[in-house]
Amino acid sequence: MAHSTVGVIFSNIHDENIPELSKHRTMASIPFVGRYRLIDFALSNMVNSGITTVGIVTKNNYQSLIDHLGSGKDWDLARKDGGIILLPPYSNETDKPYTTRLEALMSITGFLNHRKEDYVVISDCDGVARMDISDIVRFHERNRADITMVYHEEENVQSSYYITLEPDENDRIKGLKINPDVNGKGKFNLYVNVMVMRREYLIDTIQNAVQRGFSSFGRDILAKNVDTLRIFGYKFKGYYAGISSIQEYYKHSMEQLQREVRDELFGARDIYTKVRDSAPSKYYDGAVVKNSLVSDGCIIEGTVENSILFRGVKVGKGSVVKNSVIMQDTVIEDGASLECVITDKNVVIRDRRHLAGCEELPYFVGKGRML
Amino acid sequence: MQRRKECVAMLLAGGQGSRLYALTNNIAKPAVAFGAKYRIIDFPLSNCINSGIDTVGVLTQYEPLELNEYIGNGQPWDLDRTFGGVHILSPYQAKKKSSWYEGTANAIYQNRSFMKKYHPDYVLILSGDHIYKMNYAEMLKAHIEKGADCTIAAIEVPMKEASRFGILNTNADGSIYEFEEKPKVPKSNLASMGIYIFTAEKLYRYLEQDDQDPNSEKDFGKNILPNMLNAGEKMFSYRFKGYWKDVGTISSLWESNMDLLGEEPAFDVGDADWKIHSRNPLAPPEYIGETAKVGNSMIALGCEIEGTVEHSILSSNVVVEEGAVVKDSVIMAGTVIKKNAVVNYSIIDENVVVEEGAAVGEDKSKAAGIAVLGRNITIGAGAKVEAGKILDKDYKGE
Repeated sequence: MAHSTVGVIFSNIHDENIPELSKHRTMASIPFVGRYRLIDFALSNMVNSGITTVGIVTKNNYQSLIDHLGSGKDWDLARKDGGIILLPPYSNETDKPYTTRLEALMSITGFLNHRKEDYVVISDCDGVARMDISDIVRFHERNRADITMVYHEEENVQSSYYITLEPDENDRIKGLKINPDVNGKGKFNLYVNVMVMRREYLIDTIQNAVQRGFSSFGRDILAKNVDTLRIFGYKFKGYYAGISSIQEYYKHSMEQLQREVRDELFGARDIYTKVRDSAPSKYYDGAVVKNSLVSDGCIIEGTVENSILFRGVKVGKGSVVKNSVIMQDTVIEDGASLECVITDKNVVIRDRRHLAGCEELPYFVGKGRML
Repeated sequence: MQRRKECVAMLLAGGQGSRLYALTNNIAKPAVAFGAKYRIIDFPLSNCINSGIDTVGVLTQYEPLELNEYIGNGQPWDLDRTFGGVHILSPYQAKKKSSWYEGTANAIYQNRSFMKKYHPDYVLILSGDHIYKMNYAEMLKAHIEKGADCTIAAIEVPMKEASRFGILNTNADGSIYEFEEKPKVPKSNLASMGIYIFTAEKLYRYLEQDDQDPNSEKDFGKNILPNMLNAGEKMFSYRFKGYWKDVGTISSLWESNMDLLGEEPAFDVGDADWKIHSRNPLAPPEYIGETAKVGNSMIALGCEIEGTVEHSILSSNVVVEEGAVVKDSVIMAGTVIKKNAVVNYSIIDENVVVEEGAAVGEDKSKAAGIAVLGRNITIGAGAKVEAGKILDKDYKGE
């Protein structure tokens, strides 16, 4: 990369998209595809683009995130200079912890001031994609842009807050809408919450916003200035999974069973995650496994079809798991049946229980529950 | 206060492992893949850290590149320490005399300054070609309680195999009165496991003496241990009752891999109380496809299975295409078994391509032996590799 870039990841924004899974954790630490957390994709994209310093903005429920990240060594981000830098909320008697993205950015100006990199890439954790960030930075330079926003063509979005973009033929954004009514009306350009700016430009923008008492980055900075600022849209053409609700989470999980999707996300074998030192998974005699992804540490005696098993899952004799997402260390005892179920971590499904949801509304079992 | 370690481990990892043939053409035996995600050296290294021993010298000599890279700074085993940790000890040039390691004892002798740096009371000698889980702390406790100068871990082996081992003849209290290296007519079936704890000062003294002896083979089993016994040093056996396997041959490597399978495996690598640490592959969960049949097997991350896998061990990123059959086999990382190829009773090393319709090995019930394919080779479409054959070059068939 010609110019150096520092990463900033918002771990909590969009928590409300998927309250079932973010009740005890940040959006960033929501488990995905067997052995990953959503943040692994944003982090790996940065690392694979040569970024060696990533500030992670947290607000609440970040214990599981800290546990996941550790020193950062699993992403090659345990560095003397930089590496992973957690940015927990700052508050004192007069200042309350932030409530908006802009306030969060204000609270990390110290971090941004101390860095030396030319560019900042800001990413949320609600999207799963394999993205070359250095290409986005080059695009930003080429267009002499003030702000580059990455978008993806979508037909559906279920977030409670989202932005759509209207670029002209030169990729310059001419229209920017917040929460427009777009579902069911064909394709639109969804901003995927990845943005590039010069670091100094971002600092100036934040200071200016503080002086004027702005509170929303989207409304007060982007939407109001779309005509005057050089905002450019970078069209991401690869596979993108926006996790905007539990239904979307389920849908995008199931997509991972398609070879093309897997090849694109994981083909290069460069998505990093926390290492757990589990034993390889074991399949006993009598196991029947079809069209499924199975992570390390699983023990399978029963039938598993069209499902995703996270680390350390046990499927007992005579049990049947279909069209389901079974998270870490879930134990399904003998003779149970699950169809269209999402179990959070450490769930126990007792002998011969039957659980079923449907594809539009998967049955969700919360963390640590025993049924 | 002097910074010191009570016990330092020295792991002998220099052996060529010539009886593993094509599997050790370019790598040292301890770096050979085992159990779908491990390498042999993961076992002694994990035993060390799980036993509270955090200072380990790894003595390498034969083809050390891959082993050195694998061990790296020791972080996967929690052995990256500011004081202690894992260190690769290669033969080096000295001002007066430089030489390759001439024997196991000479290898340790040449690295005496490494051990002495930590001022240990005890030195644990390990070898890098055994699969087992053992708490060395308990062995050390026994060594201290008995006031021993040397304690040798020992396991009962079938009497008919005893002549392949160093045999310990012991008194009722476990003290050793005789040590026989591979006796023709063994008096007992208590075999040395090649795991020794020495009281450090004694070890240094006998290594010095041995170095002065021009007739010595500079070997623990042949020289150091008999010399200590003859001099009347206190030597004890330490009985080990768990699983232990020397994986120095093709058949023992195959058997030991298969011992991981089943509901009650002879050897369990999934034991949460005694984790086996290793470098982990950077790969997504394995995908088991629509047409796959998988039974009684262990499969690592990143595999893509569309064919049949039965009673086998597959390391990371192995591909078994539709119609292909893998049975009674050990397949190492990155190997591709293409459509309708059949692999039976074989060990296949990393990044091998078995082209469509090829056949490697024969059904175990009829096979004359285990077929072995060395790394990075291609078996041509429709080619047939006979049972027991060992190949390390591309093969197109006859």
